[in-house]
Amino acid sequence: MRIQFEKRTDQSRLSGFLIPLISFFLALVFCAVILIIFGINPIQAYSVMVKGALGSTYSLTETLVKAVPLMLTGLGVSIAFQMHFWNIGAEGQLAMGGIAAAYVALFLKDVIPSSLLLPVMFLAGALIGAFWALIPAMLKAAIGVNEILTTLMMNYIAILLVEYLYLGPWRDPKGYGFPGTAQFVEAAWLPRLTGRVHYGIIFAVLGAVMLWFILKYTKFGYEIRLIGENPKAARYTGINITKNILVVMLLSGGLSGIAGMAEVSGISHRLYTGLAVGYGYTAIIVAWLASLNPWSILFVAFFMGALLVGGDQLQIAMQTPAAVADILQGAILFFMLGGSIFHTYRIKIIHKKTIVHGESEHE
Amino acid sequence: MGTENKSITVQMRGITKQFPGVLANDGIDLDVHSHEILALLGENGAGKTTLMNILAGLYQPDAGQISLKGKEVEFQSPKDAISHGIGMVHQHFMLVESLTVTENIILSLQSSGINIHANQVKKRVLELSKQYHLMVDPDAAIWQLSVGEQQRVEIMRLLYRGAEILILDEPTAVLTPEEAADLAKILRKMTEEGKAVILITHKLNEVTSFSDRVTVLRAGHVVSNLLTKDTSKKELARLMVGRDILFHLEKKKCKKGDSVLKLEHIHTTNDKGLPALVDVNLQICTGEILGVAGVAGNGQRELAEVITGLRDITSGKISVNGKDISNSSPFEVIHAGISHVPGDRIGVGLAANLPVSDNLVMKAYRKPPILQGQLVKKKNILQFTKNLIEVFEIKTPSAETPARLLSGGNQQRLILAREITASQGMLIAVYPSRGLDVGATESVRSTLLEQRDKGSAILLISEDLEEITQLSDRIIVLYEGKIMGTVDPESTSLETIGMMMAGQPPANITKTGKEKKTT
Repeated sequence: MRIQFEKRTDQSRLSGFLIPLISFFLALVFCAVILIIFGINPIQAYSVMVKGALGSTYSLTETLVKAVPLMLTGLGVSIAFQMHFWNIGAEGQLAMGGIAAAYVALFLKDVIPSSLLLPVMFLAGALIGAFWALIPAMLKAAIGVNEILTTLMMNYIAILLVEYLYLGPWRDPKGYGFPGTAQFVEAAWLPRLTGRVHYGIIFAVLGAVMLWFILKYTKFGYEIRLIGENPKAARYTGINITKNILVVMLLSGGLSGIAGMAEVSGISHRLYTGLAVGYGYTAIIVAWLASLNPWSILFVAFFMGALLVGGDQLQIAMQTPAAVADILQGAILFFMLGGSIFHTYRIKIIHKKTIVHGESEHE
Repeated sequence: MGTENKSITVQMRGITKQFPGVLANDGIDLDVHSHEILALLGENGAGKTTLMNILAGLYQPDAGQISLKGKEVEFQSPKDAISHGIGMVHQHFMLVESLTVTENIILSLQSSGINIHANQVKKRVLELSKQYHLMVDPDAAIWQLSVGEQQRVEIMRLLYRGAEILILDEPTAVLTPEEAADLAKILRKMTEEGKAVILITHKLNEVTSFSDRVTVLRAGHVVSNLLTKDTSKKELARLMVGRDILFHLEKKKCKKGDSVLKLEHIHTTNDKGLPALVDVNLQICTGEILGVAGVAGNGQRELAEVITGLRDITSGKISVNGKDISNSSPFEVIHAGISHVPGDRIGVGLAANLPVSDNLVMKAYRKPPILQGQLVKKKNILQFTKNLIEVFEIKTPSAETPARLLSGGNQQRLILAREITASQGMLIAVYPSRGLDVGATESVRSTLLEQRDKGSAILLISEDLEEITQLSDRIIVLYEGKIMGTVDPESTSLETIGMMMAGQPPANITKTGKEKKTT
């Protein structure tokens, strides 16, 4: 008997829906075993997580708060992934966007009229995030440097720069040694809709609309798709690949920069340690789980937000080690991504006849 | 020829093999006789190569049996098959370029642990060379050998391991006519020694000039078993395609007009930085097809690339309608009106995962009515696509079907449709019918002729001499990046062109080259 993987010739809608569901269920079963090993009742743990993430208005808004930066960075990396440009630098682009917004809020608040402060912060975040993404794009376009390495390394620079700024020159002198900048003036606070949910969610939805429109209806979107599918064909048909890489990375970095701006201006109202906490990396998973579809990214980001909030609740309510929440998140992603194989492939089991090869000659 | 002691050595019965979405072999019965060359004829996708890969142990059938001299066998791997005396020469050779002939043969022996004496192997190689007229130098490194010689090494390797049944997959695709004639002699010699040879082919010439018997496959079934002497090309073509095929395309007299494309003293290098084109001069006029003949790898690809802006020239001048386009970008070349049917259909010509519609508008999307401002109009794409599918008879389930699901012939029709529509009088066609079956080839060729008659200037690069002579109004022959000469297809024999392809300038070729004719 042999087992073979065969590519599916047709991908049904039903399997596209059922497979993630079954994968999710299997992940829960798998995690239940781990929880039992830790001496935790899995049913109780799951109900704590669900309640903590979705059970009340408060928990729902907290989930949204976590989902917003995931939405924006997820959209950002997805457009680069569309043309097979592997931008894994969303974390750094987010951090730079945060720095730019903080600079405007802290140091230009007296120069800029207060009604213009937020728009300028928004623009600064988007531009600096875009600039941060442009560097690896130019290196790739000019001399072919691998963008996976450069975008990743640019993250470390940006993350360390944030730390240097709030621990060093930008530290609040009246902060009693607390690490972080001074609080922004209120004109620099992004308005909130409900709970801690701020205007960032509107940016995210608008971002999704924009990407969907670009990909579906514009010449630029068509060129991105063609480059992603077959760069040789794109070159043959006269498309300027260099120009497209630069423009796409400006967009990609800009979206992540906006995420950083929204975080400092909508949540923390200062630059401090809570900015670069891994949204930009989770964004990669969000984009792939959503198959790079802008609308799906919004939903997957919400789901990931729920996982984050639920994990925190689990830690608080049941005194579980912090690692347990991470294990749960990891296992769920592992199963979901692993399950997606069955969407594109099917398993074929071949029963062989029982002739032993070579033996037939001696019979 | 020893017809009296012919006997069935291999019997395949009810062989069935399913690939995702394709039933490649459906209950195929095949007999292979010793002392005989069997041609396995069929269009692309008829299941020839699959069937032979099963016989050579590369694939295992889903159903059916193979028996060898009356005994049922089952092969788990090519090693099993060769130990039973069945070996296959694939289209792509599997030799280590930097090693010598002898070393390559030692590698294939797989007798780990046992000391192999290189001298003994060499001695045996020389013996086999003599026995079968397989002229190869056992000490030559593979990279020094011509493609024809490398093929002989592959055959040698199988003979060395005692193969009694040899399978050759499209063996003449890479050979010059001279080399093909030599191969025919070698194969004939092997059958005289009692071996069986199976030739996978879709070329009718190969069947008639090489084989004793022919089995025709169509869509995974055996259509017919015939003795070669009892049949004709016409009958074989009909059996293979399932309908009558035009052999002589109606070709009107060429109405040559003004010069469109002009190349002057072009030099360029290949990907390795070595000279690929050396002082190439050519000129194509409206209503004319200029054929470029040559064995693959003699600068054809680079020639197409320098004209279409995909490769820079190191010196010289390219102009179209008097406008200098030397070292222009592909975009500028397209803008100057040059269309390009690339040699690598899937790798360059298509974005195979995208729908047919996206592939059809690859050139038209930049212009109205499809482009409105910065937006591409879905409705107009659909209309444009539907129109081309209809006019060029592209068989596709829908405009939304991914291009990779189309047959090779329909993929090529798609590319032709797109390029002809975008062309403004100049078309570069590279290997336009490579890998296509007879029906699709015929359609591609008549499309090109039709364009010529409408006044297009066409540069046709092909490794198929029949195609070149059939379509071209003038032929140039490329050898090592140089033009060996320009000939007239009407008054020049295939042998002469073949000699030029092998590096003989036309002046050195005597008119009495007839004794070279085999078959």
